[in-house]
Amino acid sequence: MTDQNSSYRLTPEEQQRRKRRSIALGLTLGILCILLFAITIAKLGPQVLNRPL
Amino acid sequence: MSTLSNSFTKAQTESLDHAGLSQGDVSDFFALLKPRVMFLVVFTALVGMVVSHPDVNPILAFVSLLMIAVGGGASGCLNMWWDADIDALMTRTRKRPIPAGKIQPGEALAFGLTLTAGSVLILGLASNWLAAGLLAFTIFFYVVIYSMWLKRSTPQNIVIGGAAGALPPVVAQAAVTGHVAWDSIVLFAIIFMWTPPHFWALALVKSGDYERAGVPMMPNVAGPDSTRLQILVYTLILAPLAMVPVLMGFGGLAYAIISLIGGLGMLALAVQVYRLRQGEPAMRVAQQLFGFSILYLFLLFATLLAEHGFGFFHPVMG
Repeated sequence: MTDQNSSYRLTPEEQQRRKRRSIALGLTLGILCILLFAITIAKLGPQVLNRPL
Repeated sequence: MSTLSNSFTKAQTESLDHAGLSQGDVSDFFALLKPRVMFLVVFTALVGMVVSHPDVNPILAFVSLLMIAVGGGASGCLNMWWDADIDALMTRTRKRPIPAGKIQPGEALAFGLTLTAGSVLILGLASNWLAAGLLAFTIFFYVVIYSMWLKRSTPQNIVIGGAAGALPPVVAQAAVTGHVAWDSIVLFAIIFMWTPPHFWALALVKSGDYERAGVPMMPNVAGPDSTRLQILVYTLILAPLAMVPVLMGFGGLAYAIISLIGGLGMLALAVQVYRLRQGEPAMRVAQQLFGFSILYLFLLFATLLAEHGFGFFHPVMG
């Protein structure tokens, strides 16, 4: 961001779109975490969580 | 990639210049994935899985299917990034997010590459690296071989490029079994042979669009009459080929009936397309073949899904 950019004010519509994109990105990342956890459990079995430390 | 900036509205361009911010909404990014094509990818991949009768964890099968879908979406996204200049010239595609000025080309490229890497990696982790390699090859084939090379250079573009659209059942079978067997190769061959009559029927109707964009589709290069003959030839191969699952034993009675009736329907329409060459009736029958071809492929695969996934299988052979 340059100084010129930082002076730009988002319109309400742009703010709404930005908010929706942020929510979608957050949900995608959340789903990704759940998927990776599910893959780990499905591939290694629940016993992966039950091992001596 | 050229002349994109011409299609941006002044306000959008100024806004982007000042802010450096994306103008795209979530729905625009979703549109980049070509949802209708993605549905076809998921559907054919699901059938590829089901006919394999895999002994696999359902979570891993679901994740594999999801990643094949995401990989298909990534292909569509990268295709739209590359073809944005010609998309802007065709009525069918000018409202896509990049030519409409809703998403910047660089955003689409980053989005497509991220999805490509993510889908291939997660498919490899969830299933095996053969499936991941096949998915990577499918995306590479669609984006580089078809979109970047063949599409603008030869009228055989959709014949060879059709291999990318035909691979999902093979990828899916590899994902759930770890190998590629003949049944998924037959499904690949059916989609592969279905592609030319399907797209050339559309190209006959939209030949003006393709000509304006400089895409060498068969009607623009070899002429409509030669295209009609080739549609008929491919359909003559396709209809019997779609009966092969019956001969191989994984297509049951319902599939045999649907394939026979659907194949005859395709042939009847292809003959009509070949015979009617002038005016409105010629356009109408080409449009009908295009629509029926979608129904035909859908019914073939839906019947296999019903037979193998829901216990409707009644063997015809043996």
